[in-house]
Amino acid sequence: GAGQDVGRSCILVSIAGKNVMLDCGMHMGYNDDRRFPDFSYITQNGRLTDFLDCVIISHFHLDHCGALPYFSEMVGYDGPIYMTHPTKAICPILLEDYRKITVDKKGETNFFTSQMIKDCMKKVVAVHLHQTVQVDEELEIKAYYAGHVLGAAMFQIKVGCESVVYTGDYNMTPDRHLGAAWIDKCRPDLLITESTYATTIRDSKRCRERDFLKKVHETVERGGKVLIPVFALGRAQELCILLETFWERMNLKAPIYFSTGLTEKANHYYKLFITWTNQKIRKTFVQRNMFEFKHIKAFDRAFADNPGPMVVFATPGMLHAGQSLQIFRKWAGNEKNMVIMPGYCVQGTVGHKILSGQRKLEMEGRQILEVKMQVEYMSFSAHADAKGIMQLIRQAEPRNVLLVHGEAKKMEFLKQKIEQEFHVSCFMPANGETTTILTNPCIPVDISLGLLKRETAIGPLPDAKKPKLMHGSLLMKDNSFRLVSPEQALKELGLAEHQLRFTCRVHIQDPRKEHETGLRVYNHLKGILKDYSVQHLPDGSITVESILIQATAHSEDQGTKVLLVSWTYQDEELGSYLTSLLKKGLPQSTP
Amino acid sequence: LLQYCLSGHPTLPCNVLKFKSTTIMLDCGLDMTSTLNFLPLPLVQSPRLSKLPGWVLKDGSTFLDKELKECSGHVFVDSVPEFCLPETELLDLSTVDVILISNYHCMMALPYITEYTGFTGTVYATEPTVQIGRLLMEELVNSIERVPKAQSASMWKNKEVQRLLPAPLKDAVEVSMWRKCYTMPEVNAALSKIQLVGYSQKIELFGAVQVTPLSSGYALGSSNWIIQSHYEKVSYVSGSSLLTTHPQPMDQASLKNSDVLILTGLTQIPTANPDGMVGEFCSNLAMTVRNGGNVLVPCYPSGVIYDLLECLYQYIDSAGLSNVPFYFISPVANSSLEFSQIFAEWLCHNKQTKVYLPEPPFPHAELIQTNKLKHYPSIHGDFSNDFKQPCVVFTGHPSLRFGDVVHFMELWGKSSLNTVIFTEPDFSYLDALAPYQPLAMKCVYCPIDTRLNFIQVSKLLKEVQVMNSLLP
Repeated sequence: GAGQDVGRSCILVSIAGKNVMLDCGMHMGYNDDRRFPDFSYITQNGRLTDFLDCVIISHFHLDHCGALPYFSEMVGYDGPIYMTHPTKAICPILLEDYRKITVDKKGETNFFTSQMIKDCMKKVVAVHLHQTVQVDEELEIKAYYAGHVLGAAMFQIKVGCESVVYTGDYNMTPDRHLGAAWIDKCRPDLLITESTYATTIRDSKRCRERDFLKKVHETVERGGKVLIPVFALGRAQELCILLETFWERMNLKAPIYFSTGLTEKANHYYKLFITWTNQKIRKTFVQRNMFEFKHIKAFDRAFADNPGPMVVFATPGMLHAGQSLQIFRKWAGNEKNMVIMPGYCVQGTVGHKILSGQRKLEMEGRQILEVKMQVEYMSFSAHADAKGIMQLIRQAEPRNVLLVHGEAKKMEFLKQKIEQEFHVSCFMPANGETTTILTNPCIPVDISLGLLKRETAIGPLPDAKKPKLMHGSLLMKDNSFRLVSPEQALKELGLAEHQLRFTCRVHIQDPRKEHETGLRVYNHLKGILKDYSVQHLPDGSITVESILIQATAHSEDQGTKVLLVSWTYQDEELGSYLTSLLKKGLPQSTP
Repeated sequence: LLQYCLSGHPTLPCNVLKFKSTTIMLDCGLDMTSTLNFLPLPLVQSPRLSKLPGWVLKDGSTFLDKELKECSGHVFVDSVPEFCLPETELLDLSTVDVILISNYHCMMALPYITEYTGFTGTVYATEPTVQIGRLLMEELVNSIERVPKAQSASMWKNKEVQRLLPAPLKDAVEVSMWRKCYTMPEVNAALSKIQLVGYSQKIELFGAVQVTPLSSGYALGSSNWIIQSHYEKVSYVSGSSLLTTHPQPMDQASLKNSDVLILTGLTQIPTANPDGMVGEFCSNLAMTVRNGGNVLVPCYPSGVIYDLLECLYQYIDSAGLSNVPFYFISPVANSSLEFSQIFAEWLCHNKQTKVYLPEPPFPHAELIQTNKLKHYPSIHGDFSNDFKQPCVVFTGHPSLRFGDVVHFMELWGKSSLNTVIFTEPDFSYLDALAPYQPLAMKCVYCPIDTRLNFIQVSKLLKEVQVMNSLLP
């Protein structure tokens, strides 16, 4: 799910032999089988538990966790499910809410039950921010703060030195109640990022807030009613804080309501998990808890018909069902009223229809609803915009980027931008498509102690801060790698040793006698190679360690001498160094 | 691996570890037992304390009678109380790269280290440790600064003079190194050097060493630390508990296969069973109140007090104490009670489950709501209007040398109806009481120390299979 689409987020990652499922969401635009991810992609006929090493849920929004009880209890999965503490606390409440709307109101059968939600939550393991959770010996995961909603997290999945970061939904600018997403320079092989606002660069938050308050204020002043469809937790709290402070400052009297019984409970979660909110709220919570509202009261169904102005926050946020839709139907006919959509609406929902300009809606039972009320859209949903996405990529420095949770056209644009700016590959697979990403894994090799001692004894003392070149034979056996001495390798493999010797000729302009040239070479090398043993043998040849150099006359040209440099394969490094040194010629005057 | 021990106090450690060319300070506890040598700081003018006679030497010389006062055979320094700092001469503390804090009690010397030694490194601690540690420091600074004392005694510290003094002053070590309390700006500067970490977070130090905090089960956010290179593993176990109180249980599994295990912060009263002590605490409290007396509980503003309040929450109705007011007096009382409710992730499983409902994890929320528990920043202001006796008062400081507790000792000390119950194990209760003698009030010693005892340690060592263990 979530491939070139927003809804039913569900991504399967196979990394170094481990399989991890990221999110398990539902799709708000569908009421048939398409509302849940197609888990047969994972395995056709095996048990999911055998195939998946773990499941990670990024945050409590239903398009990221709505299919979880279906997945774990109806399809069947018994492995670990990881999420943060606030997500673990809030997720079951939203799932129960979702179940009620689907089963009790729409009368659907064959849906997950309350008991299934409870059983599913028993499989959940709560994680701390930045805690390294060892799922098994090799697989580890780590959560980072994502902003977006209370408890939202980005997850790093790591096996050996290969890693993937999944952002879930995130927000790079702090808002009135949450902080900004943050990740360290973890350089993952792949960054899977949401791209809801792939092409939008939003103006400053202050402007949007002022705009929102102005619209609400104007409508209330002329006696109209304002409907703000929201999800119970998240944007609702931010907008409540905004309106609460505005009402207080302007001394307004029009009532503000919050539609479901969930409000007080929801606010309580914010109070108890205040460490997950932004710095300002955290700092002042002892003196004044921002989630205790004075002006905002609980809504009763009967209030909708009350005369006079009012502001109502009602769930759900996309006008696809429930109380917000009921109130909308009541108020839609009056042009004095206003509906403000503060977030993204999925295709197929009433919210999406009115935002795309539709003013005649076909409701259940072929009834036509004419929308005369004003429709306003204000992007308050806390997703990163194009600037924010680029910022996160800069922070994490991934080697590849994969876009999900957005619309194909917008993704295309962002993909180009990312490839241009960061020179990394960017992918945007559709649902059901598989993307393969090549990595450069590092492979640990065990070195034999004898070889290590022998090699460190040669040359300068080892320095912990500098790499050191070592010679040995790499043995790959039984899926493990070992570096051993050549003799040992030959012995283990039962091979005979062959000597390999290189000889190189270096021409030097020097009219003097051979032994004089030899002496010049000797003096030259002696002067440069202070750490090596350089010797001048009685027969006129020179040795540097085990490398042999002989000066001979050129058969045709008297003014040229030929230096024969000869070394064994083991001394390749020094041999080729000497050759290139001699090729530069000898200094003009010999001391 | 090199280790230096900079603190002489067994439960307030300060060690420095040199490992893989990294210098790591493990905790920086502040030894406050030095304050027991000083006269209490009364909040209200105390005729009794101000009339104490000056101390006269055996040969009759009186040159010390301004600095030293005599009370029931003991001699006290009449001055701003001073603390015994971790040793700073043994090694250059500006070379310390990082400081790892294991719990909020073990960071009280932090401002002295970070602000006075040229320290330029980073301090690592969990969020509850920092928040509650700040509250403890705030309370300490506040209770000393609000009683300005003109005199700062120094003559008695002269080596020649000190030799002539009676014990324990005579035997006090390094008195010249004792320091006055730090100030709030210094606390803020010190705390700003702390980087917050979570349990099981892997922190790389210069690519050479990796450190990881683990739950130690002793207090909110308390941690043990794993310090490891690629092939060696050192575990620092400090202030750990295997009992189930409010914090997350101790993580023992991750300590397995350590090459070296450094063990500090063991209980100093291994014979006092915490559960038994809590029972005794409750029965003594009930008995005193039923007889019309008041109960004074000298305590820190966070930690065991949460457990005591929880016990009382379950106990008061059955003991018929529903109408007795409980007062918690501290400049940080409100903050401490509020903070305790927001660290769900650092609490034991039962308390976490409550937060998921969502309900406050600690029942003192309900005690406050039903007006059974009231909290005040000090005895001045609202408290004096609301104050009803008989009552139970929780207040600091457990040394009885400063804070609101001094006032209650002076107020209630003369009546045998009242009881003072000591629950904090850091101070000897007899020494704490010395400047209040003669005392009519009843004294009960119920030290509650949940830290590891010897039996638990040997069991732990067997389970985690360490190669070497070190007890500094």
